[in-house]
Amino acid sequence: MEFTLWDILRNLLLAARWTVVLSLAGFLCGGLAGGLLLALRLAKAKPLRIGAKLYIEVFQGTPLLMQLFLVFFGLPLLGFDVQPWLAAGVGLTLAASAYLAEIWRGCVEAIPLGQWDAAASLGLHPLQKLRFVILPQALRIAVAPTVGFLVQLVKSTALTSIIGFRELVQTANVINNATFASFTVYSMLAVIYFVLCYPLTAASRLLERRLRLSSQ
Amino acid sequence: MATSLEFGWLSDAAGALAHGVATTIFLIAVTTLFGGALSVAAAAARRSRVAWLSGLVAAYVELVRNTPFIVQLFFIFFGLPGIGVRLDAVPAAILAMTINLSAYGTEIVRAGLDAVTSGQREAGLALGLRPRAVFLRVVLPQALRAIFPALTSQIVITMLESAVVSQIAVRDLTYEADLIQSRTFRAFETYAVVTVIYLVLSLLLRRVLFAGGRRALGLGAG
Repeated sequence: MEFTLWDILRNLLLAARWTVVLSLAGFLCGGLAGGLLLALRLAKAKPLRIGAKLYIEVFQGTPLLMQLFLVFFGLPLLGFDVQPWLAAGVGLTLAASAYLAEIWRGCVEAIPLGQWDAAASLGLHPLQKLRFVILPQALRIAVAPTVGFLVQLVKSTALTSIIGFRELVQTANVINNATFASFTVYSMLAVIYFVLCYPLTAASRLLERRLRLSSQ
Repeated sequence: MATSLEFGWLSDAAGALAHGVATTIFLIAVTTLFGGALSVAAAAARRSRVAWLSGLVAAYVELVRNTPFIVQLFFIFFGLPGIGVRLDAVPAAILAMTINLSAYGTEIVRAGLDAVTSGQREAGLALGLRPRAVFLRVVLPQALRAIFPALTSQIVITMLESAVVSQIAVRDLTYEADLIQSRTFRAFETYAVVTVIYLVLSLLLRRVLFAGGRRALGLGAG
Protein backbone atom coordinates (compact mmCIF):
# COMPACT_ATOMS: atom_id res chain seq x y z
CA MET A 1 0.00 0.00 0.00
CA GLU A 2 1.31 3.41 -1.00
CA PHE A 3 1.06 6.34 1.42
CA THR A 4 0.82 9.78 -0.11
CA LEU A 5 1.71 12.94 1.79
CA TRP A 6 -1.99 13.60 2.10
CA ASP A 7 -2.56 10.18 3.68
CA ILE A 8 0.07 10.90 6.30
CA LEU A 9 -1.28 14.36 7.02
CA ARG A 10 -4.89 13.19 7.13
CA ASN A 11 -4.14 10.43 9.62
CA LEU A 12 -2.14 12.80 11.81
CA LEU A 13 -4.92 15.38 11.75
CA LEU A 14 -7.45 12.73 12.72
CA ALA A 15 -5.23 11.78 15.65
CA ALA A 16 -4.88 15.44 16.61
CA ARG A 17 -8.54 15.29 17.68
CA TRP A 18 -7.54 13.04 20.57
CA THR A 19 -4.71 15.34 21.56
CA VAL A 20 -7.22 18.21 21.66
CA VAL A 21 -9.86 16.19 23.53
CA LEU A 22 -7.33 15.02 26.11
CA SER A 23 -5.98 18.57 26.55
CA LEU A 24 -9.49 19.94 27.11
CA ALA A 25 -10.42 17.13 29.49
CA GLY A 26 -7.19 17.60 31.42
CA PHE A 27 -7.79 21.35 31.57
CA LEU A 28 -11.41 21.12 32.72
CA CYS A 29 -10.90 18.35 35.29
CA GLY A 30 -7.51 19.71 36.31
CA GLY A 31 -9.02 23.18 36.67
CA LEU A 32 -11.77 21.90 38.99
CA ALA A 33 -9.32 19.86 41.06
CA GLY A 34 -6.89 22.78 40.98
CA GLY A 35 -9.56 25.12 42.36
CA LEU A 36 -10.16 22.70 45.20
CA LEU A 37 -6.44 22.41 45.82
CA LEU A 38 -6.16 26.21 45.84
CA ALA A 39 -8.86 26.38 48.53
CA LEU A 40 -6.89 23.85 50.61
CA ARG A 41 -3.66 25.74 49.98
CA LEU A 42 -5.26 28.94 51.33
CA ALA A 43 -7.16 27.22 54.17
CA LYS A 44 -6.84 28.31 57.80
CA ALA A 45 -6.07 24.80 59.05
CA LYS A 46 -2.35 24.13 58.82
CA PRO A 47 -2.53 20.38 57.96
CA LEU A 48 -4.68 21.18 54.91
CA ARG A 49 -2.26 23.88 53.77
CA ILE A 50 0.76 21.65 54.20
CA GLY A 51 -0.95 18.67 52.56
CA ALA A 52 -1.79 20.77 49.49
CA LYS A 53 1.73 22.19 49.37
CA LEU A 54 3.25 18.71 49.53
CA TYR A 55 0.97 17.49 46.74
CA ILE A 56 2.01 20.40 44.53
CA GLU A 57 5.72 19.94 45.25
CA VAL A 58 5.64 16.21 44.54
CA PHE A 59 3.87 16.72 41.21
CA GLN A 60 6.18 19.56 40.19
CA GLY A 61 9.30 17.73 41.38
CA THR A 62 8.82 14.42 39.56
CA PRO A 63 8.62 13.53 35.85
CA LEU A 64 5.13 13.51 34.33
CA LEU A 65 6.07 10.19 32.75
CA MET A 66 6.47 8.62 36.21
CA GLN A 67 3.11 10.07 37.27
CA LEU A 68 1.47 8.51 34.24
CA PHE A 69 3.13 5.16 34.93
CA LEU A 70 2.01 5.24 38.57
CA VAL A 71 -1.59 5.91 37.55
CA PHE A 72 -1.45 3.33 34.78
CA PHE A 73 -0.03 0.58 36.99
CA GLY A 74 -1.53 1.81 40.27
CA LEU A 75 -5.23 1.99 39.40
CA PRO A 76 -5.39 -1.76 38.57
CA LEU A 77 -4.04 -2.48 42.08
CA LEU A 78 -7.09 -0.64 43.41
CA GLY A 79 -9.30 -2.88 41.30
CA PHE A 80 -9.99 -0.58 38.35
CA ASP A 81 -9.83 -1.89 34.83
CA VAL A 82 -7.56 0.69 33.25
CA GLN A 83 -7.69 1.70 29.60
CA PRO A 84 -4.92 4.00 28.35
CA TRP A 85 -7.35 6.90 27.81
CA LEU A 86 -8.49 6.70 31.42
CA ALA A 87 -4.95 6.57 32.82
CA ALA A 88 -3.99 9.45 30.52
CA GLY A 89 -6.96 11.54 31.64
CA VAL A 90 -6.47 10.85 35.35
CA GLY A 91 -2.69 11.41 35.15
CA LEU A 92 -2.99 14.72 33.33
CA THR A 93 -5.78 15.88 35.65
CA LEU A 94 -3.65 15.21 38.73
CA ALA A 95 -0.63 16.98 37.24
CA ALA A 96 -2.60 19.92 35.83
CA SER A 97 -4.34 20.50 39.16
CA ALA A 98 -0.98 20.91 40.89
CA TYR A 99 0.33 23.41 38.32
CA LEU A 100 -2.92 25.39 38.10
CA ALA A 101 -3.28 25.60 41.89
CA GLU A 102 0.25 26.99 42.10
CA ILE A 103 -0.32 29.51 39.30
CA TRP A 104 -3.59 30.68 40.84
CA ARG A 105 -2.10 30.91 44.32
CA GLY A 106 0.40 33.39 42.94
CA CYS A 107 -2.50 35.42 41.51
CA VAL A 108 -4.43 35.40 44.80
CA GLU A 109 -1.32 36.41 46.73
CA ALA A 110 -0.77 39.30 44.34
CA ILE A 111 -3.94 40.89 45.72
CA PRO A 112 -2.99 43.41 48.43
CA LEU A 113 -3.75 42.28 51.99
CA GLY A 114 -5.82 45.44 52.48
CA GLN A 115 -8.46 43.89 50.23
CA TRP A 116 -8.87 40.99 52.66
CA ASP A 117 -9.09 43.42 55.58
CA ALA A 118 -11.63 45.56 53.75
CA ALA A 119 -13.72 42.47 52.97
CA ALA A 120 -13.54 41.40 56.63
CA SER A 121 -14.61 44.83 57.79
CA LEU A 122 -17.73 44.43 55.65
CA GLY A 123 -18.57 41.38 57.73
CA LEU A 124 -18.08 38.83 54.95
CA HIS A 125 -17.18 35.29 56.00
CA PRO A 126 -14.06 33.67 54.46
CA LEU A 127 -15.76 32.08 51.47
CA GLN A 128 -17.65 35.30 50.70
CA LYS A 129 -14.39 37.24 50.90
CA LEU A 130 -12.92 34.96 48.26
CA ARG A 131 -16.03 34.89 46.10
CA PHE A 132 -16.92 38.61 46.06
CA VAL A 133 -13.66 40.46 46.69
CA ILE A 134 -10.51 38.43 46.04
CA LEU A 135 -11.36 36.10 43.15
CA PRO A 136 -12.82 38.75 40.81
CA GLN A 137 -9.53 40.63 41.05
CA ALA A 138 -7.31 37.54 40.98
CA LEU A 139 -9.10 36.11 37.94
CA ARG A 140 -8.12 39.13 35.88
CA ILE A 141 -4.43 38.46 36.59
CA ALA A 142 -4.86 34.70 36.20
CA VAL A 143 -6.08 34.59 32.60
CA ALA A 144 -2.73 35.10 30.84
CA PRO A 145 -0.68 32.53 32.83
CA THR A 146 -3.56 30.06 32.64
CA VAL A 147 -3.63 30.28 28.86
CA GLY A 148 0.15 29.93 28.95
CA PHE A 149 -0.24 26.75 30.99
CA LEU A 150 -2.54 25.37 28.30
CA VAL A 151 0.48 25.28 25.98
CA GLN A 152 2.35 23.19 28.51
CA LEU A 153 -0.69 20.92 28.88
CA VAL A 154 -1.05 20.32 25.12
CA LYS A 155 2.65 19.41 24.99
CA SER A 156 2.26 17.14 28.03
CA THR A 157 -0.38 15.04 26.28
CA ALA A 158 2.41 13.80 23.98
CA LEU A 159 3.73 11.66 26.85
CA THR A 160 0.50 9.66 27.04
CA SER A 161 1.62 7.94 23.82
CA ILE A 162 4.05 5.99 26.03
CA ILE A 163 1.24 4.38 28.05
CA GLY A 164 -0.52 3.52 24.81
CA PHE A 165 -3.00 6.35 24.29
CA ARG A 166 -3.60 6.78 20.57
CA GLU A 167 -2.87 10.51 20.20
CA LEU A 168 -0.59 12.39 17.80
CA VAL A 169 2.80 10.96 18.74
CA GLN A 170 1.65 7.36 18.82
CA THR A 171 -0.07 7.73 15.50
CA ALA A 172 3.10 9.25 14.06
CA ASN A 173 5.08 6.24 15.30
CA VAL A 174 2.60 3.86 13.68
CA ILE A 175 2.64 5.75 10.37
CA ASN A 176 6.44 5.86 10.48
CA ASN A 177 6.61 2.10 10.93
CA ALA A 178 4.32 1.62 7.95
CA THR A 179 5.88 4.18 5.58
CA PHE A 180 9.51 4.61 6.64
CA ALA A 181 9.04 8.26 5.61
CA SER A 182 10.48 9.23 8.99
CA PHE A 183 11.63 12.75 8.18
CA THR A 184 8.28 13.70 6.66
CA VAL A 185 6.23 12.12 9.44
CA TYR A 186 8.10 13.70 12.36
CA SER A 187 8.35 17.08 10.63
CA MET A 188 4.60 17.12 10.10
CA LEU A 189 4.11 16.03 13.70
CA ALA A 190 6.16 18.98 14.94
CA VAL A 191 4.30 21.39 12.65
CA ILE A 192 0.90 20.19 13.91
CA TYR A 193 1.93 20.72 17.53
CA PHE A 194 3.25 24.14 16.62
CA VAL A 195 -0.05 25.06 14.96
CA LEU A 196 -1.91 23.89 18.09
CA CYS A 197 0.36 25.66 20.56
CA TYR A 198 1.50 28.88 18.93
CA PRO A 199 -1.91 30.64 18.94
CA LEU A 200 -2.18 29.90 22.67
CA THR A 201 1.32 31.27 23.27
CA ALA A 202 0.52 34.39 21.28
CA ALA A 203 -2.81 34.85 23.08
CA SER A 204 -1.18 34.50 26.47
CA ARG A 205 1.44 37.09 25.53
CA LEU A 206 -1.20 39.49 24.23
CA LEU A 207 -3.33 39.13 27.37
CA GLU A 208 -0.32 39.75 29.54
CA ARG A 209 0.60 42.90 27.66
CA ARG A 210 -2.97 44.17 27.83
CA LEU A 211 -3.11 43.58 31.57
CA ARG A 212 0.18 45.38 32.08
CA LEU A 213 -1.03 48.37 30.07
CA SER A 214 -4.38 48.54 31.89
CA SER A 215 -2.74 48.49 35.30
CA GLN A 216 -0.41 51.35 34.53
CA MET B 1 -8.00 -5.89 49.02
CA ALA B 2 -5.96 -8.83 47.80
CA THR B 3 -2.99 -7.00 46.33
CA SER B 4 -0.10 -6.11 48.57
CA LEU B 5 3.01 -4.15 47.74
CA GLU B 6 6.28 -6.00 47.60
CA PHE B 7 9.75 -4.46 47.73
CA GLY B 8 11.97 -7.55 48.05
CA TRP B 9 13.35 -6.97 44.52
CA LEU B 10 14.91 -3.69 45.60
CA SER B 11 18.18 -5.16 46.92
CA ASP B 12 18.91 -6.87 43.59
CA ALA B 13 17.94 -3.78 41.62
CA ALA B 14 20.03 -1.27 43.56
CA GLY B 15 23.02 -1.54 41.21
CA ALA B 16 20.91 -1.00 38.09
CA LEU B 17 19.14 1.97 39.69
CA ALA B 18 22.45 3.52 40.69
CA HIS B 19 23.67 3.13 37.12
CA GLY B 20 20.50 4.80 35.86
CA VAL B 21 20.89 7.67 38.30
CA ALA B 22 24.48 8.16 37.12
CA THR B 23 23.36 8.33 33.48
CA THR B 24 20.58 10.81 34.29
CA ILE B 25 23.04 13.01 36.20
CA PHE B 26 25.56 12.77 33.36
CA LEU B 27 22.93 13.83 30.81
CA ILE B 28 21.79 16.87 32.78
CA ALA B 29 25.37 17.88 33.63
CA VAL B 30 26.44 17.92 29.98
CA THR B 31 23.18 19.60 28.95
CA THR B 32 23.63 22.31 31.59
CA LEU B 33 27.11 23.16 30.28
CA PHE B 34 26.17 23.20 26.58
CA GLY B 35 22.70 24.63 27.15
CA GLY B 36 23.94 27.37 29.47
CA ALA B 37 26.59 28.51 27.00
CA LEU B 38 24.17 28.34 24.08
CA SER B 39 21.53 30.30 26.01
CA VAL B 40 23.96 33.16 26.61
CA ALA B 41 25.14 33.18 23.00
CA ALA B 42 21.59 33.02 21.64
CA ALA B 43 20.36 35.73 24.00
CA ALA B 44 23.19 37.99 22.84
CA ALA B 45 22.33 37.19 19.20
CA ARG B 46 18.63 37.83 19.88
CA ARG B 47 19.49 41.35 21.08
CA SER B 48 21.91 42.09 18.27
CA ARG B 49 21.15 44.72 15.67
CA VAL B 50 21.63 42.20 12.86
CA ALA B 51 18.00 41.59 11.94
CA TRP B 52 18.34 38.14 10.35
CA LEU B 53 20.35 36.81 13.31
CA SER B 54 17.86 38.12 15.83
CA GLY B 55 14.98 36.76 13.75
CA LEU B 56 16.62 33.35 13.44
CA VAL B 57 16.99 33.04 17.21
CA ALA B 58 13.41 34.22 17.74
CA ALA B 59 12.15 31.54 15.32
CA TYR B 60 14.24 28.87 17.05
CA VAL B 61 12.87 29.84 20.46
CA GLU B 62 9.25 29.83 19.27
CA LEU B 63 9.60 26.54 17.43
CA VAL B 64 11.09 24.72 20.41
CA ARG B 65 8.79 26.24 23.01
CA ASN B 66 5.68 25.34 21.05
CA THR B 67 6.46 21.66 20.43
CA PRO B 68 6.76 18.82 22.98
CA PHE B 69 10.20 17.61 24.05
CA ILE B 70 9.38 14.03 23.02
CA VAL B 71 8.62 15.26 19.47
CA GLN B 72 11.96 17.07 19.32
CA LEU B 73 13.69 13.92 20.53
CA PHE B 74 11.90 11.66 18.03
CA PHE B 75 12.53 14.13 15.23
CA ILE B 76 16.26 14.03 15.95
CA PHE B 77 16.52 10.28 16.57
CA PHE B 78 13.94 8.86 14.14
CA GLY B 79 13.31 11.73 11.71
CA LEU B 80 16.82 12.92 10.84
CA PRO B 81 18.03 9.49 9.64
CA GLY B 82 15.40 9.91 6.90
CA ILE B 83 17.65 12.57 5.37
CA GLY B 84 20.85 10.70 6.18
CA VAL B 85 21.75 12.24 9.56
CA ARG B 86 22.22 9.37 11.97
CA LEU B 87 22.98 9.92 15.66
CA ASP B 88 23.51 7.39 18.45
CA ALA B 89 21.00 7.45 21.27
CA VAL B 90 23.10 9.30 23.85
CA PRO B 91 24.27 12.12 21.53
CA ALA B 92 20.70 12.42 20.22
CA ALA B 93 19.40 12.72 23.78
CA ILE B 94 22.01 15.33 24.71
CA LEU B 95 21.30 17.28 21.53
CA ALA B 96 17.55 17.26 22.13
CA MET B 97 17.94 18.25 25.78
CA THR B 98 20.39 21.02 24.89
CA ILE B 99 18.14 22.41 22.18
CA ASN B 100 15.19 22.33 24.55
CA LEU B 101 16.96 23.91 27.53
CA SER B 102 18.55 26.60 25.35
CA ALA B 103 15.22 27.80 23.95
CA TYR B 104 13.87 28.49 27.44
CA GLY B 105 17.30 29.60 28.68
CA THR B 106 17.60 32.17 25.88
CA GLU B 107 14.41 33.89 26.99
CA ILE B 108 15.51 33.83 30.62
CA VAL B 109 18.98 35.24 29.90
CA ARG B 110 17.49 37.84 27.56
CA ALA B 111 15.18 39.06 30.33
CA GLY B 112 18.23 39.31 32.59
CA LEU B 113 20.20 41.30 30.00
CA ASP B 114 17.25 43.64 29.50
CA ALA B 115 17.16 44.26 33.25
CA VAL B 116 20.74 45.61 33.33
CA THR B 117 20.51 49.38 32.92
CA SER B 118 22.20 50.85 29.85
CA GLY B 119 24.31 53.06 32.15
CA GLN B 120 26.33 49.98 33.08
CA ARG B 121 27.29 49.43 29.45
CA GLU B 122 28.07 53.07 28.90
CA ALA B 123 30.21 53.17 32.06
CA GLY B 124 32.14 50.14 30.85
CA LEU B 125 32.76 51.73 27.47
CA ALA B 126 33.75 55.01 29.10
CA LEU B 127 36.41 53.12 31.05
CA GLY B 128 37.89 52.07 27.71
CA LEU B 129 36.82 48.43 27.80
CA ARG B 130 36.13 46.80 24.45
CA PRO B 131 32.46 45.99 23.68
CA ARG B 132 33.15 42.27 24.13
CA ALA B 133 34.69 42.83 27.55
CA VAL B 134 31.84 45.11 28.53
CA PHE B 135 29.38 42.34 27.71
CA LEU B 136 31.30 39.50 29.34
CA ARG B 137 32.62 41.29 32.41
CA VAL B 138 30.09 44.02 33.17
CA VAL B 139 26.66 43.25 31.74
CA LEU B 140 26.51 39.44 31.72
CA PRO B 141 27.53 38.85 35.37
CA GLN B 142 24.84 41.26 36.57
CA ALA B 143 22.26 39.67 34.28
CA LEU B 144 23.13 36.15 35.48
CA ARG B 145 22.89 37.24 39.11
CA ALA B 146 19.32 38.33 38.51
CA ILE B 147 18.18 35.26 36.60
CA PHE B 148 20.09 32.30 37.94
CA PRO B 149 17.18 31.15 40.16
CA ALA B 150 14.96 31.01 37.05
CA LEU B 151 17.70 29.22 35.12
CA THR B 152 18.05 26.72 37.97
CA SER B 153 14.31 25.93 37.81
CA GLN B 154 14.53 25.43 34.07
CA ILE B 155 17.46 23.03 34.42
CA VAL B 156 15.50 21.00 36.99
CA ILE B 157 12.54 20.87 34.58
CA THR B 158 14.86 19.64 31.83
CA MET B 159 16.19 16.92 34.14
CA LEU B 160 12.63 15.76 34.86
CA GLU B 161 11.74 15.82 31.16
CA SER B 162 14.82 13.74 30.38
CA ALA B 163 12.89 10.67 31.63
CA VAL B 164 11.58 10.53 28.06
CA VAL B 165 15.01 9.65 26.60
CA SER B 166 14.38 6.11 27.88
CA GLN B 167 12.12 5.84 24.83
CA ILE B 168 15.12 5.87 22.49
CA ALA B 169 16.90 3.30 24.70
CA VAL B 170 19.25 5.64 26.53
CA ARG B 171 19.92 3.76 29.77
CA ASP B 172 18.82 6.48 32.14
CA LEU B 173 16.93 6.01 35.41
CA THR B 174 13.57 5.48 33.68
CA TYR B 175 15.04 2.93 31.27
CA GLU B 176 16.47 0.92 34.19
CA ALA B 177 13.05 1.07 35.86
CA ASP B 178 11.43 -0.25 32.67
CA LEU B 179 13.87 -3.19 32.67
CA ILE B 180 13.40 -3.93 36.37
CA GLN B 181 9.62 -3.95 36.21
CA SER B 182 9.62 -6.21 33.15
CA ARG B 183 11.69 -8.70 35.18
CA THR B 184 9.93 -8.45 38.54
CA PHE B 185 6.37 -7.71 37.35
CA ARG B 186 6.29 -5.14 40.15
CA ALA B 187 5.60 -2.16 37.95
CA PHE B 188 3.85 0.07 40.49
CA GLU B 189 6.44 -0.46 43.21
CA THR B 190 9.32 0.04 40.78
CA TYR B 191 7.97 3.33 39.43
CA ALA B 192 7.06 4.47 42.95
CA VAL B 193 10.65 3.98 44.08
CA VAL B 194 12.01 5.66 40.96
CA THR B 195 9.60 8.59 41.37
CA VAL B 196 10.97 9.15 44.87
CA ILE B 197 14.52 9.01 43.46
CA TYR B 198 13.59 11.66 40.88
CA LEU B 199 12.09 13.83 43.62
CA VAL B 200 15.30 13.60 45.66
CA LEU B 201 17.38 14.27 42.51
CA SER B 202 15.38 17.39 41.70
CA LEU B 203 15.75 18.73 45.26
CA LEU B 204 19.49 17.98 45.25
CA LEU B 205 20.04 19.42 41.78
CA ARG B 206 18.28 22.62 42.81
CA ARG B 207 20.50 22.93 45.89
CA VAL B 208 23.73 22.18 44.05
CA LEU B 209 22.99 24.62 41.23
CA PHE B 210 21.87 27.29 43.66
CA ALA B 211 24.97 26.97 45.84
CA GLY B 212 27.25 26.68 42.80
CA GLY B 213 25.59 29.64 41.11
CA ARG B 214 25.89 31.85 44.17
CA ARG B 215 29.55 31.02 44.53
CA ALA B 216 30.37 31.42 40.83
CA LEU B 217 28.60 34.78 40.71
CA GLY B 218 30.24 36.03 43.87
CA LEU B 219 27.05 36.32 45.91
CA GLY B 220 28.51 34.58 48.97
CA ALA B 221 27.15 31.43 50.55
CA GLY B 222 23.96 33.01 51.97
